Amino acid sequence: MGEAIVITSGKGGVGKTTTSANIGTALALQGKRVCLVDTDIGLRNLDVVMGLENRIIYDLVDVIQGRCKVHQALVKDKRFDDKLYLLPAAQTTDKTAVEPEQMKKLITDLKQDYDYIVIDCPAGIEQGYKNAIAGADKAIVVTTPEVSAVRDADRIIGLLEKEEGIEPPKLVINRIRSHMMKSGDMLDVDEITTHLSIDLIGIVADDDEVIKASNHGEPIALNPNSKASLAYRNIARRILGESVPLQQLDADDKGMFTKIKKFFGVR
Amino acid sequence: MKKTQNVTIKGTKDGLTLHLDDTCSYQELKQELDRKLSNSTRVQEESKLLSVKVKVGNRYLTDEQQEELKDLIRQKRNLIVEEVETNVLTKEEAERLKQDGEIVSLARMIRSGQVVEVTGDLLLIGDVNPGGTVKASGNIFIMGALKGIAHAGCTGNDEAVIAASIMKPSQLRISDCINRAPDQGTDEEGKPMECAYISENHQIIVDRLQVLIQQRPNLTRFEGGR
Repeated sequence: MGEAIVITSGKGGVGKTTTSANIGTALALQGKRVCLVDTDIGLRNLDVVMGLENRIIYDLVDVIQGRCKVHQALVKDKRFDDKLYLLPAAQTTDKTAVEPEQMKKLITDLKQDYDYIVIDCPAGIEQGYKNAIAGADKAIVVTTPEVSAVRDADRIIGLLEKEEGIEPPKLVINRIRSHMMKSGDMLDVDEITTHLSIDLIGIVADDDEVIKASNHGEPIALNPNSKASLAYRNIARRILGESVPLQQLDADDKGMFTKIKKFFGVR
Repeated sequence: MKKTQNVTIKGTKDGLTLHLDDTCSYQELKQELDRKLSNSTRVQEESKLLSVKVKVGNRYLTDEQQEELKDLIRQKRNLIVEEVETNVLTKEEAERLKQDGEIVSLARMIRSGQVVEVTGDLLLIGDVNPGGTVKASGNIFIMGALKGIAHAGCTGNDEAVIAASIMKPSQLRISDCINRAPDQGTDEEGKPMECAYISENHQIIVDRLQVLIQQRPNLTRFEGGR
């Protein structure tokens, strides 16, 4: 019996879809059977980020409305041998085409066959959000170090805490620019975690490679040389229960002098 | 057996006090009250208004009965009822009083979009994040950081106070007074342990916690000690 994890944020554009794609990919790299579910009906993106757009035949709404079987709609990722699947959202209808109860049943069915179901949630707190969290056992809240994103994350956490059957959510801080955080122009990691007072499960640096990779339809997690990739792989390992220390954000100043200064605590 | 009086009139410095016996029937009481007051009006004909306190002892009077007695007394030209004093408290009144005097403790985060409203005092173990609201008919004490909105004395109690370990509210409301944070967000952390109360000129003042000891001595409920 698998576990369903919903990736949500409240605010749009903080990287829910990218995070979903990469956590899913990283879990599959760890040898787990993973099914990604895109619940952003009407504005589907996850298939594009995964590079699976061309293979879609049926979608989530087709499954819910009984036009096809679940396994017919699932798109297999050829890069993984039978490990990673995607259930794409519909593009032609909208979020009201699905009810939370139906979603719950679908996710429960999927849990029989997969180790992890990663649910990509749409922005907002309306029907689409309610559908996305309906079947989830765990939740990951994605935020960026911006006041508006943190505010919305706070709201979402409040809503998730009221939900029965979902464990206390975990936090991912995305798009961290270490130089801005150091200069105090951006909220820093500690500030955000104490403000939201939930467990941090990962931090991801702002990396141009992420955008490049998703434009090519290849989740960054597949590229072992990127810092963001490592961050997502670490998140996946933490989901699997390993304890992995947080990445050093200022790993780029590797000069000998700065290391010595750091050693003596000089700033 | 000697028949005792059901209505006794006593004069005090502040006016008249009517003691109404609580063992006789309501009808008897009404008749005797009417008779007694009719007698006594003859004595003082000058039209100076006289305030009367009515003490009904252990008798339970419904609202209608109370009105009836008040009417009866008012009809005697120069009497006005100042208050009706009773030893009897209905269950609802008692429960309301108890709730108003209670401290409701709550251990959780108040997040954006959440509203918590309590009757009585609120003791919050946790933070109020921006966009969150706490309301209490009494005082509000926050052990964590207040970054959202707090509304103390929301049923109109000007004496209510707000205290927080970290006071960085977006808005403070006490009774019908509102005070908001300055538009230019000051970066200073704010001194730890601050309180807010309404001053004499009806303004919300934020000051160090210890000021409350002088400003609101009624906050103390503890009796005894050494």
